[in-house]
Amino acid sequence: MSTASPSFAQSTWLVAEREIGSKLRSKSFVISFLILFLGALALVVWGGFSAGNDSGSPVAVTPDATSYVQNAAGLEVRDVADRGAAETAVRDGDVEAAIVADSTSPTGFVVIGDSSVSNTILMALAQLPKVELLDPTGDAGFLGYIVAIGFGAIFFISAQTFGATIAQSVVEEKQTRVVELLISAVPVRALLAGKVIGNTVLAMGQILILAAVAVIGLTVTDQTALLTGIGAPIAWFAVFFLFGFILLAALFAAAAAMVSRQEDIGATTTPLILLVMAPYFLVIFAWNNPLILGIMSYVPFSAPVGMPMRLFLGDAMWWEPLLSLAILLVTCVGAILVGAKIYENSLLRMGARVKLGEALKR
Amino acid sequence: MLELSGITKSYGTHRVLDDVGFRVPDGRLTGFVGGNGAGKTTTMRIMLGVLSRDRGEVTIDGTPLTAADRRRFGYMPEERGLYPKMKVLEQIVYLARLHGFSKADATTRARALLEELGLGERLNDNIETLSLGNQQRAQIAAALVHDPQVLILDEPFSGLDPLAVDVVAGVLQSRAAQGVGVLFSSHQLDVVERLCDDLVIIAGGVIRAAGTREGLRRQHQGHRFELVSTGDAGWLRSEPGVEVVEFDGGYALFDVDADETAQRVLRRAVAQGDVASFTPRHPSLAQIFTEVIQETAS
Repeated sequence: MSTASPSFAQSTWLVAEREIGSKLRSKSFVISFLILFLGALALVVWGGFSAGNDSGSPVAVTPDATSYVQNAAGLEVRDVADRGAAETAVRDGDVEAAIVADSTSPTGFVVIGDSSVSNTILMALAQLPKVELLDPTGDAGFLGYIVAIGFGAIFFISAQTFGATIAQSVVEEKQTRVVELLISAVPVRALLAGKVIGNTVLAMGQILILAAVAVIGLTVTDQTALLTGIGAPIAWFAVFFLFGFILLAALFAAAAAMVSRQEDIGATTTPLILLVMAPYFLVIFAWNNPLILGIMSYVPFSAPVGMPMRLFLGDAMWWEPLLSLAILLVTCVGAILVGAKIYENSLLRMGARVKLGEALKR
Repeated sequence: MLELSGITKSYGTHRVLDDVGFRVPDGRLTGFVGGNGAGKTTTMRIMLGVLSRDRGEVTIDGTPLTAADRRRFGYMPEERGLYPKMKVLEQIVYLARLHGFSKADATTRARALLEELGLGERLNDNIETLSLGNQQRAQIAAALVHDPQVLILDEPFSGLDPLAVDVVAGVLQSRAAQGVGVLFSSHQLDVVERLCDDLVIIAGGVIRAAGTREGLRRQHQGHRFELVSTGDAGWLRSEPGVEVVEFDGGYALFDVDADETAQRVLRRAVAQGDVASFTPRHPSLAQIFTEVIQETAS
């Protein structure tokens, strides 16, 4: 006859291709991706604006007071002739405040405001003691928190979205019984591999697009300092996410194969969803706790969030991400083997939920 | 020719198939009948390699079945199913590609087949928008699109209106005429009777009878006769060795204990008046089925 049997790889790719195609054509998927995309874009652009707003608050300064504002950052200085002109400018709202010399003031100058003077201006003029930090990398402050939320949320949203997609697609095939047609044509493992690969391609695509938004956005808005700090962690995040997702995908497929109806998916996938949520909450509450973060960075399910975070904070040695990745890879292989077993044993068992013990038999 | 021998399958301690063996000859329609839970679907799934067997062998032309052989099978599962949100043509093309056809080949075949089945105008509609009858046609297309050597159809007629039954029957007959071996299960014994060349009866996981339709009929022919005559056939009731089943004036349906009794009855009937007909009654498939099941039960 005219056909040769397709190879395992060809069968797998056909399944993956269908998986990707049907997802890309689903409106709900496209819309939720656009929301995520716009959110990331907005975050980067907002960051750019707030960083670029350094021109500062406008203040009127008389010639005798210029020496006081010379070292003050965040002020946009407008020269005025005298105190009278300065007061007029404040009253008209041209400037937020005026700075004029006054020998009665202990600092040698006074700040004139209309009804109040903003703290920003006062802080800019304040003379603070010099601070020296003994551990300058120990605390990345607010930015660290934002980065933690970023890694946590992206991992959570992507793993959750595509994990659920795999689960639904497995149960859809079981529920509609099309699975019998499929496995009479291709090996069960090709079907599983195709699903995992298809959804991994989608999830990675999403991650890479978001990473590109972050990198391009930071470059365009001139936040190169931040970019040098976060570029490597983002790259590591992508690598860890790839294997972390394959691990989860195999488990989601196996869990879903144990039930026969969409309504029952929750029964077997809830533990996995908790596994996906845990790193998100942990990293938000404990991003500056070295012990918890250290443990997270080696546990395969949270390593995709924990390790890049530690790299960003600068407390991971060069070999640590490699070791963590190796642990992740081994777990991943194990999960695929166990997942495939459960999947094979449960796929044709209709009706009641298959018990885990039975699904793992032989 | 596809052949099963010694197939045994248990779920836990429950044995669902016990030493099942029969043949599906090329170019013939083989009917596979049995009650609910008799083991038909399990047998078919094992033939397709969808389910594993504990013991026994499935061979094609004498050699054990390989995965590559199975790809040349067409299958219609008992519970119908295609992707609800996939377009008809796309779906059939996908299945053909899984069976090893190139994209271009698969598309040409799927299009032609769907048009032949009367779905030419619905190619780009989602399966879920089709009527049940049309979904069934799409299902048939899924089983046929890769030009299978062997067709295994689990209840292909269930849920079909009489017109659709004829369409499906026609498709199966034309495939058999092309040399394809067709095995189909059905609860509708009248359809099986009309259609099949060979018959396999299964009950409780054991094959109770197998053979050609005519052979089985002869085997289970019993001793039932039908008499139509001008006279009153009431005398039959008192005839030794005769048991009357139905009686109405000159018409009688009766069982005899031996061939000689039948001959004696005929002679007496001719002596009593004009005999319009005296015929041995062939048992219907439903009767054979009941008889076979009862024989084994007792």
